[in-house]
Amino acid sequence: MKKFLYSKKAAPYVFILPFVLTFAVFWVIPLAKSGVMSMEKILPGQTEFIGAVNFKRLFSDRVFKVAVINSFKYMLFTLLLLIPIPMLMACMVNSKLVTGKIKGFFKSSLFIPALTSVVVAGTIFRLIFGEMDTALMNRFIGVFDFEPIKWLKGAATGFAALLSLACWRWFGVNMMYFLSGLQSIPEDYYEAASIDGASTWQKFIKITVPQLKPTIIYVLTISIYGGLAMFTESYMLWQGNNSPQNIGLTIVGYLYRQGIEKNDMGYASAVGVVLLVIVLVVNIIQLMATGMFKKEKK
Amino acid sequence: MANAMAGGRVRRRSHNPKKKLIKALMILFFIAMAILILLPFWAVFVGTFQDGSMLIRYGLNLKLDFAEASFKNYVMLFTDSGDYFRWFFNSMLLTVIQVIATLLISAFVAYGFAAYNFKFKNFFFVCVLLIMSVPFEMLMLPLYVQINDMHLSDSYAAIMLPFMAHASTIFFFRQYLTGVPKEIIEAGRIDGSSEYGIFFKLIIPVMKPSFAAMAILNGMNSWNNFLWPLLVLRSGKKYTLPIGLNTLLTPYGNNYDLLIVGSFFSVLPILILFLCFQKYFIEGMTAGAVKG
Repeated sequence: MKKFLYSKKAAPYVFILPFVLTFAVFWVIPLAKSGVMSMEKILPGQTEFIGAVNFKRLFSDRVFKVAVINSFKYMLFTLLLLIPIPMLMACMVNSKLVTGKIKGFFKSSLFIPALTSVVVAGTIFRLIFGEMDTALMNRFIGVFDFEPIKWLKGAATGFAALLSLACWRWFGVNMMYFLSGLQSIPEDYYEAASIDGASTWQKFIKITVPQLKPTIIYVLTISIYGGLAMFTESYMLWQGNNSPQNIGLTIVGYLYRQGIEKNDMGYASAVGVVLLVIVLVVNIIQLMATGMFKKEKK
Repeated sequence: MANAMAGGRVRRRSHNPKKKLIKALMILFFIAMAILILLPFWAVFVGTFQDGSMLIRYGLNLKLDFAEASFKNYVMLFTDSGDYFRWFFNSMLLTVIQVIATLLISAFVAYGFAAYNFKFKNFFFVCVLLIMSVPFEMLMLPLYVQINDMHLSDSYAAIMLPFMAHASTIFFFRQYLTGVPKEIIEAGRIDGSSEYGIFFKLIIPVMKPSFAAMAILNGMNSWNNFLWPLLVLRSGKKYTLPIGLNTLLTPYGNNYDLLIVGSFFSVLPILILFLCFQKYFIEGMTAGAVKG
């Protein structure tokens, strides 16, 4: 036995065994369970197979619709804010005009928010977006003569608070992704373009953006994933899973509410299955639109 | 040709004042942006000297009012904070164990993928990619049920076990190892090492730089992990720092005195680490990104 385990033939399987075990026990079984549970009515001590009833209920559930819309809105806005702006910032940092300590200071200060836990970040932003006219954000808009706002009570303002939390935490990280992408663009491309008399803008559109495509696709993919699966940010900002009129409720928030708070595991599993389908479909569309499949065929 | 180039040079020189302006504007933008991003941290620092009830009433502020500032929150944190330092210690312990276990196990697996050709290799590697692309949140309830079935709930094993063979860490290590010359392995075999001996004696030392990047990334995730420990942990004595801090917020009123100073101290360890090992943090974060 020992001799077999030490043979060159068995070794690769021994090496990947920890992964195979983890995959089977903590992934395949739960995934299968999730599929089964989504078609069950689960009460303590007894479960009953009810087929597609959970899904039917889900599609006529107005609160779930709110959660889906919120998650998609959050995803779209984070894509719009967290890709172009960090990309431009990365180009600025990468330009040879500014050098030395300021650059380093800028890079690391932008990265620091990513180190804080969502619990801490959510607490900070809840206090910044406080209701009183003395809270930081209300003071700030007060400078421009605006009336104080109850930020976290309104749908649009609450959403703005959520987005600013996302931007605060991820601007720096996404900028780093683009910066490392920029490093791999050969300098000659820009020199050649300069000789041809290209403007900065032309160089950006014709060289930088196409060359950054792999990085853009990567950031796009993780942003879609992160946007659709967002939960903790909203949980911390509204101090729990109950925001007024569900303005901060997300798909995962709804899954958590049904499964943990209301203990309706069957229904919650149906939410999970729908989330999985959504994420897969959105990712496939994204990869098709950005031509990743075509590239692999070559 | 020579003329054109000379023309270009002249033109560039004539743009100099404009360049200077752009440079000044950029420096201004950098500084403004950095201040904006760091402002919340300053506000928290100021908040640590304020009374909790004042924080609830007035929110965070930027001005440190020396007349009203007190070290009350700090004194409370260090003398009368209940379980705070227990949570702190729990988080430290969990993070250290999790990082070491995850790195070793993931490297072990990654070496299997990188060094050998075997049946079903591609199938299993697709499984690694699959885990990376399905949201954990989707599987969290059945995983929670699974952990309960295994009688592991309310234990640190439950927090760590599902992620020890960590998909994206495996992926990163495999990428790194494909760049390592195969001669090392052959040399090991000639010297009579077993397949595992080669991994432990020859490969692990080669992987050190990639360990640093992944240690920091995994450490950061583990230190700040919230959702999964929130589901798994039940007894207060086992709480990690984020879960503990979260319990200071209750439906019956919030203990902001402790929360604000506790939050401040929870950021400190990772911030100090970051300032010492900036390069590795950024390497770790961006490592998986560029595959084109």
